[in-house]
Amino acid sequence: MDARRVPRTVSDPKVRQVGFFTPGAPPDRSQSGPPHLVSSSPPVSEISPSGNSLSPVMIPPPRHLSSDLSRVTHIPLAPLSPLRGRDSIPVGSYNPSEFSSPTATEFSEDAHSPKWAVRRSNSGKFASSLPAGGFDMSTVKQNNFPASSLTTVSIVNMPPGITEKNGGAGVEVQKDKAGSKPLKEKTTKAERRALQEAQRAVKAAAKGDGGKTPAAPSGVASANANTGKAAKASLQRKDSSPVPVAEKRCNDRPVDKDRKKDVPHPRMQFDDKNRVEKAKKRSVVKQTEAKNIVELFRHLPQYEHGTRLTELESKLFQLDPVHPAVYKVGLRYLAGDISGGNARCIAMLQAFRESIQDYTTPPEKVLVRDLTAKINSYVSFLIQCRPLSISMGNAIKFLKTKIAKLSLSLSESEAKSTLCTDIDKFISEKIILADKVIVKHAVTKIRDGDVLLTYGSSSAIEMLFLHAHELGRKFRVVVVDSRPKLEGKLLLRRLVGKGISCTYTHINAVSYIMHEATRVFLGASSVLSNGTVYSRVGTACVAMVAHQFRVPVLICCEAYKFHERVQLDSICSNELGDPDAIAKVPGRKEINALDDCANSDNLQLLNLVYDATPSDYVSMIITDYGMIPPTSVPVIVREYRQEHLWT
Amino acid sequence: MPDVHALVNDFLIKLKKRKIEGSKTTAKVTAEVLRSFISQQRLPSTNQAGALIDAVRGVGEQLIAANPVELAVGNVVRRVLHIIREEELTLTSAAIGGMGLSAGSDDEDEAEHDGPDLSAAIVAAAARNTLRPPSLQTLLEDLPHTAAVPHTYSSGGDSDGKSKSVDRNSNARKLKHNVIEAVNELIQDIATCHEQIAEQAVEHIHHNEVILTLGSSRTVVEFLCAAKEKKRSFKVFVAEGAPRYQGHALAKELITRGLQTTVITDSAVFAMISRVNMVIVGAHAVMANGGVIAPVGLNMVALAAQRHAVPFVVLAGIHKLCPLYPHNPEVLLNELRSPSELLDFGEFSDCLDFGSGSGSPNLHVVNPAFDYVPPNLVSLFITDTGGHNPSYMYRLIADYYSADDLVVQRRSAS
Repeated sequence: MDARRVPRTVSDPKVRQVGFFTPGAPPDRSQSGPPHLVSSSPPVSEISPSGNSLSPVMIPPPRHLSSDLSRVTHIPLAPLSPLRGRDSIPVGSYNPSEFSSPTATEFSEDAHSPKWAVRRSNSGKFASSLPAGGFDMSTVKQNNFPASSLTTVSIVNMPPGITEKNGGAGVEVQKDKAGSKPLKEKTTKAERRALQEAQRAVKAAAKGDGGKTPAAPSGVASANANTGKAAKASLQRKDSSPVPVAEKRCNDRPVDKDRKKDVPHPRMQFDDKNRVEKAKKRSVVKQTEAKNIVELFRHLPQYEHGTRLTELESKLFQLDPVHPAVYKVGLRYLAGDISGGNARCIAMLQAFRESIQDYTTPPEKVLVRDLTAKINSYVSFLIQCRPLSISMGNAIKFLKTKIAKLSLSLSESEAKSTLCTDIDKFISEKIILADKVIVKHAVTKIRDGDVLLTYGSSSAIEMLFLHAHELGRKFRVVVVDSRPKLEGKLLLRRLVGKGISCTYTHINAVSYIMHEATRVFLGASSVLSNGTVYSRVGTACVAMVAHQFRVPVLICCEAYKFHERVQLDSICSNELGDPDAIAKVPGRKEINALDDCANSDNLQLLNLVYDATPSDYVSMIITDYGMIPPTSVPVIVREYRQEHLWT
Repeated sequence: MPDVHALVNDFLIKLKKRKIEGSKTTAKVTAEVLRSFISQQRLPSTNQAGALIDAVRGVGEQLIAANPVELAVGNVVRRVLHIIREEELTLTSAAIGGMGLSAGSDDEDEAEHDGPDLSAAIVAAAARNTLRPPSLQTLLEDLPHTAAVPHTYSSGGDSDGKSKSVDRNSNARKLKHNVIEAVNELIQDIATCHEQIAEQAVEHIHHNEVILTLGSSRTVVEFLCAAKEKKRSFKVFVAEGAPRYQGHALAKELITRGLQTTVITDSAVFAMISRVNMVIVGAHAVMANGGVIAPVGLNMVALAAQRHAVPFVVLAGIHKLCPLYPHNPEVLLNELRSPSELLDFGEFSDCLDFGSGSGSPNLHVVNPAFDYVPPNLVSLFITDTGGHNPSYMYRLIADYYSADDLVVQRRSAS
């Protein structure tokens, strides 16, 4: 862990340098810098430095009552922050991609609020605020000089470290008094030194208090004026990450880290009014209030339609942060031009690639940080167009890992070309080649005379059928389709065009046609680690009927779509499609019963996009790692992630 | 007579062209056609009932053949036959009872078959037993009677005919009159069956329930609305029921009646069923084994409901009870509708003859109209006589049909 932290501390000074040399306070600094100032300055201005240490055990001085309140409310968040923030970049960075339907808010919050920034710490901007979360660590050997230069110019090096340690040391002392001996025993050399230094700092501070340098109070004042809230945040962060935590971390950190990392973050719930409001303020695309929401699905982002596309188009020249390529892809998502997990993922990666090629690091910024921030903003834009699929989330996670792992010695052009080749490699290896491998595996399961049933339209399945046809296998395909997308029609057309004999039917008739079928091949949007197959809505029905008729169900899914999340039903996490597509049946003018009821309060239209197939309906999952039972999905997830993150 | 034939023919054509849909309307129209047919029928002087039965059976064969999938036609024909037999029996027993034992000729006839000690009243009772399946009581108490049942009845027709010949003038009118009365009652029953079913709604629908339904059924609408009128507030999920989208019409009906309705696609049934408390559907026909011929898609729904332990309740009027045991009903009792409901011919016309050098088309489109739900997937039947288990259906059916009529269709086939 320490080994991983080192590069960060190495890279941190750079940012700090930036902060140091531009006291005019760029917007991000005003958030990240001042908290330090404040957190380090109270000891200076106040009489009892340790009184400010804010250990959870202690009763804080009455003066900080307001911050106490905020502290209380924020405490649950704070202990997480040091852990998360420091864990590893992948952890922080994959967080956004956790969501199958993540939300604009989640990301924009990422991008704007310092609180979250620390927790995620995945962009350059936030890294500057990282020390705020990090200085509780007494094990950081004094190389933690956050806003040192800001407090007082004269005390330059010593005080920041010292004042910082004040808190920790104070706590230490308090603890000792309270009789927590084991803690004492555990103190390392570094901590003992910290203690000494802290005590020295107290003296120094007392001295400084007497002869205040003119810079200090003004700095404090401005900081207070600027970012009262940020200060509070940092204060409470400081106090709620007391020494014991830091100590504990020294010992069982690796275990702790792994465990923490494995728990995916809770997804944004759209029935949470506060957060939705926040999200709305920030979103680029204007969100309209959907009417007649299905109560059960209030927690999901509601599908808004109509003016969004045109509105986005009109904003083309206002949205400078979004790269045109990304913008184009976003619009195509919104319009529904690109659909299907692989297609969406490839389109997104290519857009990112293009934007990386056009990217230049702004002066005074670090490529790694700034680029991650950029990608984040692109991602949040894409989410506003359509919620991400899990496969896209995984791809974003991959890209961010790659960015974070860029060696700092690389020049900008080198870094960009590495990233581009990485993206190309991902597309070719994880998607295109993976599909080929899957087809190669799956084709062994097709025998002459088989009747293969498929549902909807999956690119892998289509390739499989075409390949089997090329090999001269004699088989028939049953294409089962359902409203509202009727994707099967397109598949049917392509298959029939290739001369494969097909039967076409709708999902209601699946139990009629299942008698004939000998195999069921299904695609998937994702495979979750409990074996649940998350796929186009209706897949579960087909798999269920196949199971009932004792027909084997084979799922074809690339391993990059696997996800460690678990899900039991299709309601907790899903995507909502256009409700109007339900009421209107294209090509059937006589079906118009619901046309005039659209405004009725009693009517809700629900257009689910995905459903979750329980693993017991699945006979086999064919992936690029081979053919596995659904119980082996967690293994693939684990192995895949390791390969992903460590190579 | 010509008007009756025209009526029958008209109905036949409508059935063949599938102009009449829905088991209820079909049943009602069938009953009406049969009523007018019976009223126009001129009965011979002897063996009126037999003649009437034969005539009705003849028409019934035609009607059933016109649309063998519409089991309601066969059901109503059988019901009418059953009615004729019953009415005739009441008349006979009344006549015998009236005449007492003094009608020597009759008595002799009976005595020839059943022994001298068997009274006419017992014969009548035994004959009635042939219509009514043996009840538990008769099975346990009166073994000799049940043993004699088929025997007595086979001769019953002749002896009844003879007994009627005694006072045929009064009886001839009476039989026809009674039969028509009974058929009228049947029509009335069919028309009001959903009311009786709806009355039971309160017993089954609870507050805050979520109910899923598929397909369009008048009975279901009435059932739900009856519960709504009893101040039960609940939500309804309606699967749209591709490719006919009758769910849309059903949803509209429910909305106008003020029910909270959510329309979902058929594919979302599995996703939603975990939050559903009860599946309530209508049926096309209920078979004797408790299986259900239902609108297409319901087998899927029933399987999903079973998976999530959601009660699957079938509402069925008595005219939907079919006394046949199904064999391979998915295929034999099904109907494939036009592919144009699924695929636009124009859109795929180039594919339809694409690359089919051998002559066999590359593309098939399957559009079945019905699904078979096996009895083990059904939790409960609600008929106008109350709720029943699937395993009880055979017995319920036996109440309404006589065993001799079950083969109407078989004869038409031969």
